[in-house]
Amino acid sequence: MIYKVISKTEFRAFIDAIVKENRAYGPQKVDTGSNGKPIYQFMPVKSAAEIDFDYTVTHSSAKHFFLPYRDELSHFNFTDGNWEQEVNYEAPPTILIGLRPCDINAINILDDVMLHGAYPSPYYLARRKNNFIIGMDHLPLPDCFCHSMNRHTVNHGFNLFCSDIGESYYLSINSSKAYSFLKEFELQEPTYEDNCRLIERRKDIKHSFETKIEVSGLPCFLDIEFDSPIWQKWGDKCLSCGTCAMVCPTCYCYSVEERFDIDLEGSTRQNHLYSCNLVDFAQVTGGHNFRPKNGDRLKYRYYHHYRGFAANDNQQICVGCNRCGRACLADINPKDVINDLRLERESCLTCVLPSPSKT
Amino acid sequence: MPDMRFTIPEQNLNLEPFAGRIPDFQKKSEVMITDKGYKCRITNIVPLSSHERVFQLRIVDPLEREVFNFRPGQFLMLEVPGYGEAPISISSSTSNHEFIELCIRKAGHVTSALFEARQGAFVSVRGPFGTAFPMAEMQGKNVLLIAGGLGIAPMRAPLFWINDHRDRYKEVFLLYGAKEPSQMLFTYQFEEWQKVSHVQMRTIVEKPDQSWTGRSGMITALLDEFSFNPKETYAIVCGPPVMFKFVCSHLDRMGIPMNRMFVSLERRMHCGMGKCCRCMVGSTFTCLDGPVFDYWSVMNLKEAI
Repeated sequence: MIYKVISKTEFRAFIDAIVKENRAYGPQKVDTGSNGKPIYQFMPVKSAAEIDFDYTVTHSSAKHFFLPYRDELSHFNFTDGNWEQEVNYEAPPTILIGLRPCDINAINILDDVMLHGAYPSPYYLARRKNNFIIGMDHLPLPDCFCHSMNRHTVNHGFNLFCSDIGESYYLSINSSKAYSFLKEFELQEPTYEDNCRLIERRKDIKHSFETKIEVSGLPCFLDIEFDSPIWQKWGDKCLSCGTCAMVCPTCYCYSVEERFDIDLEGSTRQNHLYSCNLVDFAQVTGGHNFRPKNGDRLKYRYYHHYRGFAANDNQQICVGCNRCGRACLADINPKDVINDLRLERESCLTCVLPSPSKT
Repeated sequence: MPDMRFTIPEQNLNLEPFAGRIPDFQKKSEVMITDKGYKCRITNIVPLSSHERVFQLRIVDPLEREVFNFRPGQFLMLEVPGYGEAPISISSSTSNHEFIELCIRKAGHVTSALFEARQGAFVSVRGPFGTAFPMAEMQGKNVLLIAGGLGIAPMRAPLFWINDHRDRYKEVFLLYGAKEPSQMLFTYQFEEWQKVSHVQMRTIVEKPDQSWTGRSGMITALLDEFSFNPKETYAIVCGPPVMFKFVCSHLDRMGIPMNRMFVSLERRMHCGMGKCCRCMVGSTFTCLDGPVFDYWSVMNLKEAI
């Protein structure tokens, strides 16, 4: 990692140059929400002027550049009485600008699942290798809780990371590609003051978190609370729409479907992102559904995110961006569910052991 | 103006993690990496009952045929081009490198399409996936095989295995239960299993009709007919989900250790590679750590049976 400092105007010139020559995506304001706050999304950009550098958080995550909603896995060409299968996993080189640390951490978690497991995914690998990631830090929103998940900083998984230190950006350069791009621009060595400003910025971010979730020991906790009535309570609220999984930066469950081409001369096998909250997620042929209740499916999503599964070394895959909470139509957010779970347990403890003050 | 194009060298573009070497098929981790399956020809179709047929497949490419190796209990993803994929347990012998046999019930989208296929049609298989019955660990012990209904399909692979290595195992028992006498599968092989493989076999049906002369009732009733030392016995149980609970708890009461009872679970699957999460059971995946679980693990996984 090489550290440099670049002035904001020079940085814009750099982004302008890199964006003009490549397929690039950056945050843009696309709409205004019902609460009057702007909605940002990663959109195709052609110049630095189109990018909102001071955006908060995008509505959808950056996962879709690696795991698109719909992805062609293979194509069958039918010939008379026979067929040929074509598998294609080429991905065009893409530049992603302005990813937040939670987004980059989420991609690192997806790397573990998609590349380090028993069967690495070539589709994911092609996309991952062909992406150039420029990360930027930001002051958290009131409902962000990435600090609780320890995902508010990022050490790897990006090509270039920019920390805002007032008049300039403090750059962490993590790839030779990024360094060779930046060579053409005016960079300064970080001075003592710059280093101080960076640390001050880090502190500032750390102390700005308003939402905190206690996640220590949560895996064991979730095992114990497997039959807790709170799952029923939150399940009754859940609409089983799957929105949370669509905006989540680490939800990767998918469904594979095959459909005939319209001329019947071939067929395409596609995967599309799915959600474990959708009703037929675990339904097998013959009609038996292993998780028929809303609460069961909601529980499994929390189980997956805060307990972790075998495929990702039992690490918690939630990064604390709270996109699911913001997008949820029924107002379910992780903070409330987990706190509810904790409270349930604490009240139960007090009924078993009388607290010392009472005796 | 400097060249700011972001490109990737051609050779890095389609980088395959295991490209350039033949995977070690004994290792679970190196079985198959892309979504490209092995093309198979349907060489024979044997009707077993109104809804079940045995499809005999032969991998077209000789090299692929050679590398396709599996262990008893594993499954593969059967692809009918245009319709989709379904996980199917392999019910042929592991020593049969020429043909793959799959016993399939017409139930869903893919299998219905497959039942329209005639001999000579081409399908594709990916795999094998999943864990296997620990046949080596069972050596020198009694083996108790309990199959219910279509559960006889995954049971055929260990039966063939036992037939190939009969001298390594002590007593082998096969209990087979079906709902109705007409739904009993592989009746033509019963004699072979008893006479050639020296398997002590008993059958039972839940709803007998006039033609049925054997016993009727629950499958656990058959366990009284044999006497064996439960501490020296391994059990394999395959069948519908409802069967596992009462059969395994019965075996547990008889004294068979929990880590010596094996069940083969069934879940919805879309990838077979631990990616799509459709088959998650408790905190693991049926396709990676299953479908064969020992009863101890099953008891520790939430909502497994």
